[in-house]
Amino acid sequence: MKRVGVFVCHCGTNISGTVDCAQVAEAAKDFPNVEYSIDYKYMCSEPGQEMIKKAIEEHKLNRIVVASCSPRMHEPTFQNCVERAGLNPYYVEMANIREHCSWVHPNEKEGATEKAIDLVRMAVAKAVRNQPLQKTTIPVTDRALVIGGGIAGIQAALDLANAGHVVDIVEREPSIGGKMAQIDKTFPTLDCSACILTPKMVDAAAHPNINLLTYSEIEKVDGFVGNFDVTIRQKARSIKMDVCTGCGICMEKCPVKVDSEFELGLAKRRAIYTPFPQAIPNKPVIDREHCTYFLRGKCGICSKLCPAGAVDYTQQDELLTRRYGAIIVATGFELFDYSVYGEYGYGKYPDVITGLQFERLINASGPTMGKLQRPSDKKEPKNIVIINCVGSRDEAKGKSYCSRTCCMYSAKHASLIRDKIKDSNVYVFYMDMRTPGKGYEEFYDRSREQYGTQYIRGRVSKIYPLNDKLIVRGEDTLLSQPVEVEADLVILATAMVAQPDADKLAQKIGIGYDKDNFYTEAHPKLAPVETHTQGVYLAGACQGPKDIPDSVAQASAAAAKACGLLSKPEILTEPIVTEVDEKTCAGCGTCLLICPYKAIDLKTLTERIAGEIVERKVATVNEGLCQGCGACTVACRSGSIYLKHYTDEQILAEVNALCL
Amino acid sequence: MKYAYYPGCSLSSTGIEYDMSTREIAKVLGIELWEIPEWNCCGASSAHLTDHLLALALPARNLAIAEEAGLDVAIPCAACYARSKATEVAVNESEEMKKTIQEVIERKYEGKSKARALLEIIGESVQGDHIKERIHILLTGLKAACYYGCLLVRPASTAFDDPEDPQSMDQLLHLFGAETVDWSYKTECCGASHETSAKPEIGISILQKIFIAAQNAGANCLVTACPLCMNNLDMRQIEVEKYFSTKYNLPVFYFTELVGLALGIEPSKLGLNKHFVDAMPLVQEVLNRKGGEQA
Amino acid sequence: MSSVELTSLKAKHDAEIQKLTEQSGVDASKCYQCGKCSAGCPVAFAMDYPPRAIIRFLQLGLLDQALRSKTIWLCAGCHTCSVRCPKEVDIATVMETLRILAKKKGYIGDKNIDLFHNAFLKSVERNGRVYEAGLVLTRNLFGRQFFRDTGHGLPMVQKGKISMLPHSIKDNGEVKKIFENVRKRGGNV
Repeated sequence: MKRVGVFVCHCGTNISGTVDCAQVAEAAKDFPNVEYSIDYKYMCSEPGQEMIKKAIEEHKLNRIVVASCSPRMHEPTFQNCVERAGLNPYYVEMANIREHCSWVHPNEKEGATEKAIDLVRMAVAKAVRNQPLQKTTIPVTDRALVIGGGIAGIQAALDLANAGHVVDIVEREPSIGGKMAQIDKTFPTLDCSACILTPKMVDAAAHPNINLLTYSEIEKVDGFVGNFDVTIRQKARSIKMDVCTGCGICMEKCPVKVDSEFELGLAKRRAIYTPFPQAIPNKPVIDREHCTYFLRGKCGICSKLCPAGAVDYTQQDELLTRRYGAIIVATGFELFDYSVYGEYGYGKYPDVITGLQFERLINASGPTMGKLQRPSDKKEPKNIVIINCVGSRDEAKGKSYCSRTCCMYSAKHASLIRDKIKDSNVYVFYMDMRTPGKGYEEFYDRSREQYGTQYIRGRVSKIYPLNDKLIVRGEDTLLSQPVEVEADLVILATAMVAQPDADKLAQKIGIGYDKDNFYTEAHPKLAPVETHTQGVYLAGACQGPKDIPDSVAQASAAAAKACGLLSKPEILTEPIVTEVDEKTCAGCGTCLLICPYKAIDLKTLTERIAGEIVERKVATVNEGLCQGCGACTVACRSGSIYLKHYTDEQILAEVNALCL
Repeated sequence: MKYAYYPGCSLSSTGIEYDMSTREIAKVLGIELWEIPEWNCCGASSAHLTDHLLALALPARNLAIAEEAGLDVAIPCAACYARSKATEVAVNESEEMKKTIQEVIERKYEGKSKARALLEIIGESVQGDHIKERIHILLTGLKAACYYGCLLVRPASTAFDDPEDPQSMDQLLHLFGAETVDWSYKTECCGASHETSAKPEIGISILQKIFIAAQNAGANCLVTACPLCMNNLDMRQIEVEKYFSTKYNLPVFYFTELVGLALGIEPSKLGLNKHFVDAMPLVQEVLNRKGGEQA
Repeated sequence: MSSVELTSLKAKHDAEIQKLTEQSGVDASKCYQCGKCSAGCPVAFAMDYPPRAIIRFLQLGLLDQALRSKTIWLCAGCHTCSVRCPKEVDIATVMETLRILAKKKGYIGDKNIDLFHNAFLKSVERNGRVYEAGLVLTRNLFGRQFFRDTGHGLPMVQKGKISMLPHSIKDNGEVKKIFENVRKRGGNV
């Protein structure tokens, strides 16, 4: 005998402001198998849950329908609640009358109430057909993978390592350090970026629990939470790491000069190089695309000069496969390519530079030893224009979002310039100043009051060269007047964008990404460092534009989540997975092709049919890999594969409840 | 290739040399131009400031006649092109607007006949090796500041070239041996709409900036694809020179005149003697090089 | 400077602004007032309000101020603002639409400009094409700028650039009909 209880939640006024909850509860009393029905202000609250538990006892309920918010919000809450009352948690069915009803029909009270009643009727029909499901356990490998060796990756790795877990950092560049290594000073304290970063880099390199895999990339990710099998490509460095002493003679004598990526084209590096002097590991790589030996088979100077005999032109890429319990993705960001802006010269004007290029120019270890000079003629600039929101908040040519960091780093740039060149004028063109961090507004205040930066509210419409100046045209929107600055140097605060191959990595790992290719967190508020793939966490700007303090905080959060997973020998898995009916499965393999998680395989059955031994192939599901998406159930022609908790019978019962 | 030809009002008066040179080079390049019989003014640039429907309907009649003949329309004037393109787009975007326009012009126009800028058509026609045989004179010594103006490459959604730094005219002239300068006023408005109406004083300072920018870029002439720009840059140049007591001496050409010159057409047939800023000395300079630079 | 009472304005002009949005196909609420339009506008220096402010008027319901501005008459229609707008607000089209509405309401921001366009369209209606010499003459007579451009006139004629006789198409019935049909549909021409 199925005895259903219906619990309608007001969600404060979120639902009851539109839907007449009492009427819904009343209507539910007439649905088949419903023994009890009630509405309440906050079903998820302590008294609300008590109410459910008590009703289960008093009315001998064995199926529960909660009409409230999205199951993604509170399904676990109510599952735990009924479990405590002695029922199988999968006897709970949720009717989403908030996101699917009250929030989308705010002006149609009657219609919304009717729809809510329908949604509850459907949930009741399904609930009576729900089957008890049991969670199973899988073992967890106590080793973490951190992808990306910038500040976020380093922080996450250090936290995990300090908690006693073994961590591998995979970094595709020859050195760890990331973007922070390129930055001169950090806001709002103006302390030297390298001075606070390099100790952490050294700590990471020296930590007994951390392995650095630099110049390496992720090739393939298989497996599932607790047991990811990851293949890593260690690119041929052409240097024997265990032999090289990092003396640097090779880099001095190499005859090939190419634009340095680290110096953003403002200086040259050799074909055998470390990206920067404090690189970790402080051992070079050979850039085979530019090395004369690799291009023409001649030269070999580095090999001849190396006192340790560490140069090895014959090295090959190596593939390495390791098993990890958890993965932290910390792949960071790239800068927006502003050459789409014709009005700013399509990237053709040498004295229009990006904020990151400015960091190199003002950096004491940069290409000019910290002397600020224009790239074109090496003159010291007197009038400098900084333009905010280049590529940010621009639906037409850039990204719709705010990059969050630019207001602050522009204020920093302005202060640094005024500090170095006392008789300079700095004009910052901004649209809105966004300083919502601790000490940030005060930092902005100082850039105006102490350093005398001119702030002009308006977006620049055009930059064009006139003689040796750059004419910058904007509107001072507070004055309602067009303004022009004859600038010597223009610094563009370009947007933070996702790594160009962020989508490809996401597909390898099996995590989601948004329209801008930033990785999607499991919940924007309640699960900000988790992904929808269990065991994979996010840290830093790969999830969205972030400054250093936020990246570090998120990295530690991700590490804490990973610790939670790795600290147990095994974990419970979700039982909502697909199952194959081997009697009718024809072994056609369509489901294999359709499964996005590679969770289905074919196995061979040996049967005796009419006295004969017959072998045939059938599909089989790996419950650890299956995420319960149900794609295979739709693709199966014979209907031999079904998703537990969402069987055809259960879904059709809902449809019938609505339509019949 | 055959096109319906829409010269527009300016090309039969102030822009007559644009018409002359267009017809001449079309002959040489094998482009057949069929002048739309009894074409009417497209309304630029007054109708769209007076009534939306009128602005769409006036060009629609011309397009309808071309569509009946099964031809796309070649339009030299940038303003006429912009208005005609707007009509073509409006008819293709909305069935309702198509119906309304058809009722107003009392003709059928389905949006099939396309409005095309002459610059784009000429640019296409000179692609390939065959053009090399047709070049009589290389335009060596010309340092042209290509001035596209505002209406040829805007709005961006329908433009055939980049609205901030278009290249089609530059590439065309390179083909004929001219140098073009990299400058930042290619698509800055010249204020012609105020010249033709009633606010010439607004135009003077706009024009000054264009002349200075062209000079600074090292240009010895301006090249345009719009009779309104031409009028403004050529006729008003002397006025601007007087106003600021300076001398720019920048002859202004239609791109068709220069193409014609390179194809060996006589300057007078191209209307090169009809300019306000005397273009003939520069033309003569180019022609005098003929001996050494003949292609 | 008097303060603007915003609450009543909104109610007063909401419907009209809504209609304007439909006609122009441009939603002023998308604008975040960055001023890129006004900074790149070649005519902004001669305007009483920058184009950005015109959009602001529409956002706040200050329709009259927009309609009575000189700005909408001075806009050259070059579309530089529209192609550069980061929010893809087609400002040039808003200007056009406002000007048509202003004319309907009898707010003529610049008499000479208005005269010119009237004469232009008269010429088109009468002849099917524009008669440039006649146009210049009409403008100067009505605008009381008798000697404007006379310096250019003679060389124009000599160079065969301005004909003293009107150009027209043989049977202008069709074009006249277009004007009539537009008027029948409420067009203010």
